[in-house]
Amino acid sequence: MKPCYINSAVSISAQDTLNDSNFLENTISFEGKLAEAIHPNYKKFLSPIASRRMATAVKMGVAAAKKALELAKLEMPDAIITGTGIGCIEDSEKFLNAILDNDEEFLTPTSFIQSTHNTVGAQIALTLKCKGYNVTYVQGAASFESAVIDAQLMLHENEANTILVGGTDELGKFLINDIIFAEEAEEHPIQTPFGEGAHFFSLSSYKQTNSFCALKGLKIFNKARTDTIETKIKAFLKENYLVPEDIDAVILGKNGDAFDVLYQTLQDSIFRDTPQLHYKHLCGEFFTASAFGFWIATNIIKQQQIPDVLTLNSIAKSSYKNVLLYNQLKGQQHSFTLVTSC
Amino acid sequence: MDALKKELKESIIEQLNLEDFSVDDIADDDALFGDGLGLDSIDALELIVMLDKDYGIKLTDPNEGKAVFVSVEVLAKYITDNRTK
Repeated sequence: MKPCYINSAVSISAQDTLNDSNFLENTISFEGKLAEAIHPNYKKFLSPIASRRMATAVKMGVAAAKKALELAKLEMPDAIITGTGIGCIEDSEKFLNAILDNDEEFLTPTSFIQSTHNTVGAQIALTLKCKGYNVTYVQGAASFESAVIDAQLMLHENEANTILVGGTDELGKFLINDIIFAEEAEEHPIQTPFGEGAHFFSLSSYKQTNSFCALKGLKIFNKARTDTIETKIKAFLKENYLVPEDIDAVILGKNGDAFDVLYQTLQDSIFRDTPQLHYKHLCGEFFTASAFGFWIATNIIKQQQIPDVLTLNSIAKSSYKNVLLYNQLKGQQHSFTLVTSC
Repeated sequence: MDALKKELKESIIEQLNLEDFSVDDIADDDALFGDGLGLDSIDALELIVMLDKDYGIKLTDPNEGKAVFVSVEVLAKYITDNRTK
C-alpha cells in the first residue's frame, strides 16, 4: 500500500487541542462521568444562519474539518470521508422524545433531518460546496479507522489525490445516562469518563511541503484474545516490514475496564522496552476516541516529544519515527494504526 | 395582544434556534421571511407545527400560510381570531 501523507491534524476534544501551539499542555482531569468537549467560538467557522440548526457533533465536525483544510492549505478535497459511532444522537434524542411527548403528533422536520449519521459529512460538503465522494462509516469503535482505510484505498488506487477524513461523536443528553448506568453494573466497568470530539485530517497521495508524517498501515479485526494479540500485532508489523523493536511509541486505548488485559499483555511482552502511552483519561471513551489517539500519534512525530500526561512508563526515545496505535472496545473492533515520519 | 406577540417572539427564537436574537431584536412588523429574519421553508414547517400544537390552528392552504406569516403583528392577529386553545 502506498503511504498516505498527513498534511494537517485537528482535534476538538475535552482538552484544549484546537490551539495549534498547545500539545497537551495544562490538561484537564475529570472527576465526573463525562468529559465534554471544549467548544471553540463557532462564529469563526460558521455563519449564524448556517449554524443555527446544527447540533454539537455537526458544529464540531464542520469547524474541525475547515481548520484541517486551512492548515493543509487545501481549498477543496477530492473526497470527504467521515466515521461516527453514534451519529447525531442529540437530534435523534430530540426527535424521538418529541414523538413520545406529543403522542406521535406535531413532529417538526429539523431534528429528524439532522439526526442521520451522515449529517456531519453532508454539512461539511455543503459548507465547502464539495460535490466529490462523500461517505460516512458507522462501525462502532472502528468507525474512524474504517473511514481512514477507505481514504487509504482511494489514494492507493489513484481515485483521489487529497482526502479530508475524520471522526465525530457527541455525548447527547439522555442515552449517555443509560450507557453509564449499564456500564456501572459491569464487574469491571470503564474507568475513564465518557467523552465526545471531532478530529479531522487532510491526507494526500503525494508529499507536500506541509506533510509532516504518513499513515503506513492500518488493520481492523473484530476479535482477539490475550493469547493471540501478540501474534496479530507481529504479523501486522511484518506486513509493514517492521518488528516490535522498531516501534518508538505505542499508544494504547486503555479505559480501565476488564479488556485492558489485552493492552497489558503487550505492555508486559513485546512492548516492554517501548514508550507506552494512553489517552482516554484525557478525551474520554467514545466510539471515535481513537481519532484522538491518531491525532496524538501525528503530533508526536511532528513535535518529536511526548507530553508526560500520556506516559505509562518512563522509557523515552531520542527520536520518534514509528508510532503504533492499538485500540479496541470491550474486546471487539480492534485496530492497529501505524504512523511514520516522512 | 402584546403578551401574545411577546410569547410568539420567544417561541420563534426558541423553535428556530435564532441564538443571536432576543425578543427586543424582533419588531412587530419585521418580515419573518426574505429580508427580515431570513427564515426559510423548513422554518415555515416549524411555524405551522407550532400553530397547531400551541393554538389548535391547522393551516392546510399554502396561500393562507404566506399571508399569515408576514410578521409577528399579522400572525398574532390571525391567532387571536382563529385559536381553538
